[in-house]
Order: sequence, then structure tokens, then C-alpha cells
Amino acid sequence: MATLAELCIAAVAEAFRTDRELVGTGIGPIPRLGVGLAKLTHSPGLMMTDGEAFLVEQPVPIGPRGYDDRKPAGYLPFSRFFDSAVWSGRRHAMVTPTQVDRFGQTNLSALGGTHAQPKTQMLGARGFPGNGIYHANSMFIPAHGPRVFVAGEVDRVSSPGYNPARRIAGGNYSAIDLKRIVTNLCVMDFGGPDHAVRVMSLHPGVTFAEVEAATGFPLIDAVAGETTLPTEEQLAIIASLDPHGIRHTVLPDNPPAIRSAS
Amino acid sequence: MSTLDKRKSPAEIVGQLRSGMTIGIGGWGPRRKPMALVREILRSDLKDLTIVSYGGPDVGMLCAAGKVKKLVFAFVSLDAIPLEPWFRKAREAGAIEVLELDEGMFQWGLKAAAFQLPFLPTRVGLGTDLVELGGLKTVQSPYDDGEVMVAMPALKLDSALIHVQRCDHRGNVQALGPDTYYDEWFAKAADQCFVSCEELVPAMEDAYPEDARANLFERCFVTGVTEARGGAHPTSLPPDYGWDMGWFKKYTAAAKDPGDWASVAAQFVGASEADYLASVGGMEAVGALPLPVF
Repeated sequence: MATLAELCIAAVAEAFRTDRELVGTGIGPIPRLGVGLAKLTHSPGLMMTDGEAFLVEQPVPIGPRGYDDRKPAGYLPFSRFFDSAVWSGRRHAMVTPTQVDRFGQTNLSALGGTHAQPKTQMLGARGFPGNGIYHANSMFIPAHGPRVFVAGEVDRVSSPGYNPARRIAGGNYSAIDLKRIVTNLCVMDFGGPDHAVRVMSLHPGVTFAEVEAATGFPLIDAVAGETTLPTEEQLAIIASLDPHGIRHTVLPDNPPAIRSAS
Repeated sequence: MSTLDKRKSPAEIVGQLRSGMTIGIGGWGPRRKPMALVREILRSDLKDLTIVSYGGPDVGMLCAAGKVKKLVFAFVSLDAIPLEPWFRKAREAGAIEVLELDEGMFQWGLKAAAFQLPFLPTRVGLGTDLVELGGLKTVQSPYDDGEVMVAMPALKLDSALIHVQRCDHRGNVQALGPDTYYDEWFAKAADQCFVSCEELVPAMEDAYPEDARANLFERCFVTGVTEARGGAHPTSLPPDYGWDMGWFKKYTAAAKDPGDWASVAAQFVGASEADYLASVGGMEAVGALPLPVF
């Protein structure tokens, strides 16, 4: 039987469905496996790297492997990443920010305190500001809760969202394109009025009320049904891309996709 | 012209740096960092530095040692250990000033400096906190579109430090490996650029003419060269060696216990580069570090 992690991977793959040729970047095991699954099934135009510098047509399995167990078909090092993928808009990335707010603004920089002395210093803005203003983005949140989906604005805005208060006259925000948020409870998008966050599907056994209670901002109920379970074919591809079973370690206790009736 | 012999010792290179300087450090996180030169700074009296870096242990160590007045950064990370422990301590103590940038804005600022421009326009930063916190200004297109963009200021460097595989005495460099990050732009953004290398050859055209495409930047951008074998350790230098995860773990643990740099600096810096290299097992051990996979 499929696990919740595998259900999430299939949902990530659906988020990456595209007819275009563009770089698909999934940061972390679940997003990366989802991009690989999309590429190997419905979206062959997706381009992926080996995580280092080379483009590969066969997604590189995650976890330990031989350094040369990759077959480069192309080259996309950091040294030309902004030229080729980010600032050209030819990318869709899925990341896991520390905080997300109702506008889709995210925080990877710091929590609390002041800019001069944050209470908790995190990674820094990384490439989030550029990703957000130039290409499509989605999120994977493994522990859906109000500390991630915050009530007000995020503590530091690392990537832009749909917040009108943060737009200046004459600025070009037309490429801001927030696609989906896949969590351990549900799949959401920004398809409500003024890009409000909607719940599109609930993972089997999850209720809208439960998602609402775990989210710091209002949600629109646009639930069309349960999140689709992965097929046997999809499960086989996922297993081939994760030979060490790293996906089983992402969610606590590796729960099944369908909650037990207990 | 007197000579094109740019060979110097690491100590002579650091002797050309001054307290208060803005110093760019090549590499990316825990990858191809000029750590031998960073260690030489850590052995010096230099202070009040403005460090410009895609940060890894270079930033953490310089912060821990109190060398940093201001940091220009987009991230500081050891990759497999996402949060650089000593950088984090310095930030949470309010010990350093920062200019936090996006990774792409950062290289754009280096390019502005390289092209001798005051700024380059970009959309990056719009809608985020970076613009206001960084005191960045906007600029309007003078053409019909009238677009308002962020004016990313030039990141002019007094000095840049870079580590590559090969140099010759005139400053011809060859940087091998899958990715050279933005090292080229650090070199061009700096008034003086110092390059350490695994192998210093007398003449590149005799030693490795077949690899001339690995000449990442021209020798007019190189002020000094020095041989430092294992000079990127504990960071990676593919295809020569991987990063030293065991070292990173000890270094990370030391940020908690004992938690003060003074009592562990000798272990992580060494009294000399020869001491340091010996303490990590010599080139035999460094050369055997497996290349990281991602």
C-alpha cells in the first residue's frame, strides 16, 4: 500500500505537469522525487540536473551513489543558472520555506528579533527573491501547522507573493506565479479571489476543519475530493528513483496514504 | 615592466591585505573555498573586514574569530549541515553588520563592479524585505516602458581570494571541476586578486596547454599566486577531493561545546599550513575524501 510520502510525491508530480521545456527543481527528497516522476511520465519536457552541474535526461536516484553514476546530457552549473534558468523564467522550483503567509510570501532568512540581531538566524534569502519574481514556484510543507502557515506576514519576506502592500508603482510583478502547496494534509493553490489560498484536495481521511485548524490564515474550501493515490506504475518509478528508501524517513513514522480507522 | 613573476607565499599575500578592507571570497558554501588563504587571515592581525561571500566555513570561521565587521551574503551553509553554526552564533549575538542579498543579485553586483558601473538594474528584490533592509534604491527605465527596478549597487572588492587547481608564475590559472561558481566575477570585481592553487607550474603553455579552456579568467586580473596543496580543505575541490564531513561535524559540534572559538581555533586553523595539513592526515587523506553526490 502506498505511503503518505508517496501520495505527496504523486501530488508534487501533478504540480509539475507542463507542456513546456523548463528546469524542474525539487529541493528535498519528496519534491525532487516528484519532479523526476513528472518527467518520466506526463511531462518529458522537464529538465533536471544531477543536483550539481549537469543536466540529465534520466533523473539521478537520490541518496548515496557513485559520483559518476550519472549520464550528463547537458550542462547547467551555478555559474550560468541565473542566465539560463532563473532570470529567463525557464524554471519551476519547489522549496520548503520555514514560514509562509496568506500572500504566498515566504521566509528562509531569520525568525524573530531584529535584522541586526535575529532570534534565530536561518540560511539567508538564498535565491528565493529571484525565483519568486522570475519563475513559477511551489512549496512542500511536511508538517502542516500554524508555525509554518503564519497568521500575519512572515517574519522576513525572502520571496515575494501577492501582497499588494509590498508592490511599488512601476514594478513588474507579472512573473510571480505561485502554483501549489503540497503538505502532509492536503494540496492547496492560490486560485481564490486576489490569489487567496484554496484547499483543492484533502489527503485520504483528512478533513477541511483539520486543515483550517492547522493554518494561521483563512482558507477557501475548494475541495474537489481526495488527493489521488499513486498508481502501481508511479510507485514503481518512485522506488527506482529512491533505491535507499529515503522517502520513508521524511514524515514521522512513515504513515500510510490512507489513514487507519483507529 | 619589471617582472611578471606573481609568486608569493600565503603570508606575503595576507601581508598585502589591510584591516577594514572589503574582501571577496570565491567558491560556494562548502565548495572550492580558498581556505588556505582564509586560514592565513585567521593567523594574522587583520580585523574589521567586510567579507563578500557565497558563504561556507570561510564565513563561519572569520565571524567566530571576530575578523568580520560586515558580511555581504545570500546564504551561509555547509550544505549537508544546512545552517553554518558559527555564522549563526555571530548573527544571533548581533556581532556583525550584514547586507543580505539574493544569490543572483549578488553576482549582478560583482558584474557591476567588474564593468566599472555604479549599479545594474534588476527585478530581483522587489516585493521582499531585502530592498529596505539593505538600503537599496530603485531606478526607472528611461524608455517608454518606464519600468521601476532595483538598482543593485556594484560590489567593489579591494581584494579577492580564489582557489583553483593550477597556476603558473604569471597568473595563468586553470580551474577544473564541474562548476566554478562566480569566481570569475570575484576576480574581475577586485582591485587585486590572489589565487592559491593545488599545483604551481612554471609555464602553463608547457604544462597543460590542452586544458586552456579551463582558464577561468585572464592573468591581467591576477595579482599574486601561491601553491597551497589541499588549499580548499575542508571544502570540496572536484575532481581532486571532496569535502571533509568529519571535519564539518567536529567544527559544528564545537560551536555548542565548548562554544568559544579561542579554545578550538588552533585545532581548526593550525599554527601553519603545514601543521594544518598534517593535522588532517596530509594530502593522502585529503585526496581520498570522496566527492559529494547531490
